[in-house]
Parts: sequence; structure tokens; C-alpha cells
Amino acid sequence: MVNQVLLKISNIDVFHGTFQALWDISIEVRTGEMLALIGSNTSGKTTLMDTISGLLHPVKGMMEFNGVDITCLDPYQIVELGITQVPEGRRIFPDMTVLDNLMIGSYCSCARSTRKQNLIRVYELFPKLEERRKQIAKTLSGGEQQMLAIGRGLMADPKLMLIDEMSLGLAPIIIDELFKALKKIRERGITILFVEQNVKRTLEEADKAYIFENGRVTLSGSSAELYEKKQVKKAYFGIDECEI
Amino acid sequence: MNDILTPILMGIMLGGLYALISLGLSLLFGVMRFINLAHGDFVILGSYLGYGILTYFGFDPVIGLVISVPLMFGLGFLIQKYLMSRAFEVSSDTPLIIAFGLSLIIQNANQIAWTPLSRGINTGYSNASFFIGSLQFPVVYLLDLLVGILVMLLLREFLTRTYLGRAITAASQDKKAAELMGINSKRVYGYAFAIAMALTAIGGVFLGMTFPFTPTSGISFLTIAFGTVIIGGLGSMWGTFIGGIILGVMQTLGGYFFGPASQMLVVYLIVLIILAVRPQGLFGR
Repeated sequence: MVNQVLLKISNIDVFHGTFQALWDISIEVRTGEMLALIGSNTSGKTTLMDTISGLLHPVKGMMEFNGVDITCLDPYQIVELGITQVPEGRRIFPDMTVLDNLMIGSYCSCARSTRKQNLIRVYELFPKLEERRKQIAKTLSGGEQQMLAIGRGLMADPKLMLIDEMSLGLAPIIIDELFKALKKIRERGITILFVEQNVKRTLEEADKAYIFENGRVTLSGSSAELYEKKQVKKAYFGIDECEI
Repeated sequence: MNDILTPILMGIMLGGLYALISLGLSLLFGVMRFINLAHGDFVILGSYLGYGILTYFGFDPVIGLVISVPLMFGLGFLIQKYLMSRAFEVSSDTPLIIAFGLSLIIQNANQIAWTPLSRGINTGYSNASFFIGSLQFPVVYLLDLLVGILVMLLLREFLTRTYLGRAITAASQDKKAAELMGINSKRVYGYAFAIAMALTAIGGVFLGMTFPFTPTSGISFLTIAFGTVIIGGLGSMWGTFIGGIILGVMQTLGGYFFGPASQMLVVYLIVLIILAVRPQGLFGR
């Protein structure tokens, strides 16, 4: 199973209105991988996530998931195929209970039959959600809301999970807990593509990463390789070897 | 004491009707952020449907709902699918203008079909009354309140307990997140519009039993529905119900203290004050 190409993005261009946000992006995600997108704000990482999810459509290029052409599909069709997104800012349904949020996660017909098992697994992963299942979602703490957003994504029974800015605004101790959860999710065979601001942490957690600048991929490779690259050190760790 | 009790009780029952005719407007705003300017005319269309079913087929208009509710439901689905969904793609103002156009078309079609004369739905129980203590009230007003409560509760149960209802609620709270959860927002919008129209069919019948109506009455009931949802908070079903009751009581009390001519003035002054103090409405998020 591992090493099979799960998601193949070939040379896509994506626009926000008249503004071109992505230029000729090509990415390959293999089954079982944990892959990261790195880059500053507005470098196009979230745009790529939204394009994979079908919220935006490329004007050029092609996207293939599990052998199916998903370039022109709508978001609900993408979810049916097994891609869920845990969006930036969590975007839980604020006025619903924790349980109802999770139930909405299993809305797609692909996940309805496995709903009970999935709910048990989400509760195993995040016991806090079970404790608070009757609470209104907006009253949860930031970390718990993020757990809910991830749990809600898992309820759709995905093959590939897109996770956007998971650790934004959270305390380090909670971020550790969330990354531990991601490892467990991965052990269940779910492939993960995630976006993070913290480059050092990202390279520690991911197998591979793509580095985005102004809507283009400027570098990619295994985390270990990228860690040693001069450009990465200079741009993200503030170490300029030329000056040393 | 009994003097003031009459307008209060009348107001509460009238409020049930106001809530009933406002639920559709509130639902559409909550889900699609769309202010349906044709809402009042849809309600009046519902009244005429009830009137027509009674006049030509002899069915009690409440039984006639078996016909008019699915009819309006289907019409709503088609309007959303073929008209509004396209309008939404153009800009956020376009649906507003389309709705205004629909309003004019319905008004004029009603004039052609039913003449501009004032009509009322007269059933066997239209003139019946009941007593609370020594106070006498029309039975129809009690029906308004009971049906208002029933429909509001059913709608709430639907929105919180069923798959489709939960999807509608989710889309109203965060459209993007709902789409990411596999909810087909176009389909959800179609059903929301259809349900809103089905609600106007119900509201229209009870309105037609309570008040006389003409093809141009829609605008005054649209205004009342606006007031109701503004007081209650746009998009909240429970809030819409309470908003209707408050508006009804304010109207009858306004009439009691200042005379019938100024009763609506009192209502709209209160709407204005609530808007100034609490723009999201009493129960709004």
C-alpha cells in the first residue's frame, strides 16, 4: 500500500478572481505519508488546500485522487471520495453541540454506515470530546475546538486528511498533544497533508515537505534534506551561512 | 383589569400568526443570508390557494394544505434551482432584485386571477368564538397561536434531528465548513427555499382566515414579518416565535392605549428601539 500515489496534482494554476494565487503547482502524495506544506502567509498553501477540496477549481492542470480525476468536482463529491479538510481557524459549528458537530462530519453517504465505529475511535483519540459531547461547541477552549475540528474530519472516514494551520494560537503543550494525535491517525492508515507556520516543528513531524513562495513551489524533498538546505536555514531559521 | 387583559391575550394569539408567517423569511435569511422581498406575496399566494381550494373544490382550507403545501414546496425548489442559484452567482444584490420582480409578478397574477377585490377565507368556524372567563375571542385567533407553536416546534425538531435539517443548520452557521463536511450547499439551499415556501402556504391560509386580503396585501405582511424577525433575531426560529408574540402584543396594546390608527406606529417605534439597542435582535447570535 505504501508508496502508491494517492493524490497527484499536475501543473495547476489557480486564480482568486483575477489574481493568480498558484502557478504551475505539481505535488504527489503517497499513501501513508505525512506531508507538509511550508511557506509564509499568502504564499498559496491554503489556496492549494481549498483547491484540493473543490472550493476552488484550477484553470489549468489536473488533479487525480486514487486514479479518479477530481479537477472539476464539487466539495461534497471530494468528501465522498475520501478527502476531508480540517480548515484554518477550525470553523466548527459554533451553536451546535460537540456531538452534533461530529455527526455533521459523517454527513456524507460514504461515512454513515461506519458512523458508530468512527465516533468511538474519535472519542478514543480525544477523550475530552466525549466528556464534553453535550456542550455547545463555541464554549470549548481553543485546543478542544481544534480537537473537535480534527474529530469532525475523521468522522467522514477519510483516506486523506488536509489539516490547515492546526497549531495556530495554541499553547505548546496542546500542540504536542495534537501532533501525538496525528501520529495515531496516521497509524490507522490515513494519509496526512498539513500546513504549518512553525517550520522547525513541521520538519520534525513530516516525512516530506513542499516549500511555497508567492504561489510557486520553490523547494521540495524529505524533511531531513530540507533541514540542511541553505535557503531553508536562511529564510526560516534566520541563519545565514554566508555571514558566518 | 379585564379591560387590558383582552388586548394582551388577543396580542399573544395574533403573535402566533405573525410568527407563522415570518418563519419562512427567518429560515431563508438564516441559511442563505437572503432577504426575500417576495415573502409577503408568497404568503398571500398561500392565502389565495386556500381560498381557491375552498371556493372551487369545497375543501376546508386547513385540509387543502395537503395540496397547497407540496405545491408551494415544489415551486420553491424550482425557483431556487433555476432562478435564485444563478442570481447568487452574479452578485449578492441580484437575488434581491429578482425577488422584487417575483413580488410584482405574483401581485399582478393574483389581480388577474382573483380581481383586486378584498377576499377572506370563510369557513364554518370563521365566526365562532370561545370564552376565557367572561372574555370572548374568535376561535380562529386561537388556531393561529396553536398552529404557530406547532409549526415552530416541528421546524425546530426538523432542523436539529434530521440529516437534512442538520445540514441546513450547519450551512447557516458556516457555509464553507459545511461544504468541507460533504454538504452539497446548492441542494441544501434548494430544500431551504422549498421549506420556506411550504411555510408560507401554511401561514397564508391562517392569515386568510384571520384577515381580509387583496393581491397587494403582501407588502404589509412582509413589513410585519420583517418586524417579527428583527425583534426575534434573524435566523433563530425560537426568536422568531417570541418576536411574533411581542409584536402582536405591542400592536394590540398600542391600539388599546393610542387608538387603532396609531397601533402600527407603536409597533415600528419599538422595532426601531430594539434595532438601536440590540441590532442582532433579542435572540440573535
